[in-house]
Amino acid sequence: MIPLFQTGNAVRVRKGSPPGHIRTPFYVRGCKGVIERVAGEYRNPEELAFGRFDTPVVPLYRVRFQQQEVWPDYQGSPQDSLDVEIFEFWLEPANPEKT
Amino acid sequence: MKTSSTNERDTKNIPPTTYYQFLEISVRELLIEKGVLSDEDIRNAVKEMDSRGPELGAQVVARAWVDPQFKQSLLQDAPSAVKALGLEIGPVQLLVVENTPEVHNLIVCTLCSCYPRSLLGLPPDWYKSREYRSRAVREPRSVLLEFGTDISDEVEVRVHDSTADLRYLVLPQRPEGTGHLTEDELAALVKRDSMIGVTEVCFSAI
Repeated sequence: MIPLFQTGNAVRVRKGSPPGHIRTPFYVRGCKGVIERVAGEYRNPEELAFGRFDTPVVPLYRVRFQQQEVWPDYQGSPQDSLDVEIFEFWLEPANPEKT
Repeated sequence: MKTSSTNERDTKNIPPTTYYQFLEISVRELLIEKGVLSDEDIRNAVKEMDSRGPELGAQVVARAWVDPQFKQSLLQDAPSAVKALGLEIGPVQLLVVENTPEVHNLIVCTLCSCYPRSLLGLPPDWYKSREYRSRAVREPRSVLLEFGTDISDEVEVRVHDSTADLRYLVLPQRPEGTGHLTEDELAALVKRDSMIGVTEVCFSAI
């Protein structure tokens, strides 16, 4: 599977709340970040959790968020950041100019 | 690592077995009964886990401090670099993140307790606590201060949440005044917490 995003791309985490085993932390849903790197391809944990081992692999990314984007009342330095591993189907392109 | 025997359990004030402990015992006994695993497999796996400790990670850090070429390959492709050092870490997707004068890294797993076990052994209890897991991403600087680590506002604090398939190890900064130390002496300075990122490596000349 060819990764949809490359390092430096602006992305937004989908704001979904599907049931099941989800490894996208709730606190970054809806947040905008930048692809730090393509981290490889892995089986989808949301399928694996239900014993479905034959589903295709999906690209995994490390996405870098600014802490102030994630927590608007963040106490700390404005340059502090947070890197989270997120699977491609949780991401959509974001225009870096818009918020 | 010491494991308590049944006798010790009986004589000491250990809280009653919880629901999840019962669940684990039941599943384990079923797996053995059905021949999926043997008692010995489980004992060996526990032995293997217990044999690993932070001194493995410390060895990697010390080598990176004395060998710039190793450090470069460690940061680019940690599994290969670690393997070249003769350490077996299995199929773990290890990523080493370097502390610099500009960036301080901190590792957490907010969803469970993912941890670079192959290089650090079992995680400390606080790493698995709800408090650490929630606060490390929300107020990392306060958490760091509680560990005695005061990071200047000029330095970026970068938290890594191990939410999926990667495992992280922090490469701490080499402390000042350690130029004369051997690789083994350097390794002895590197403690577990500094490779999680909650502390820095300290050195005081005697």
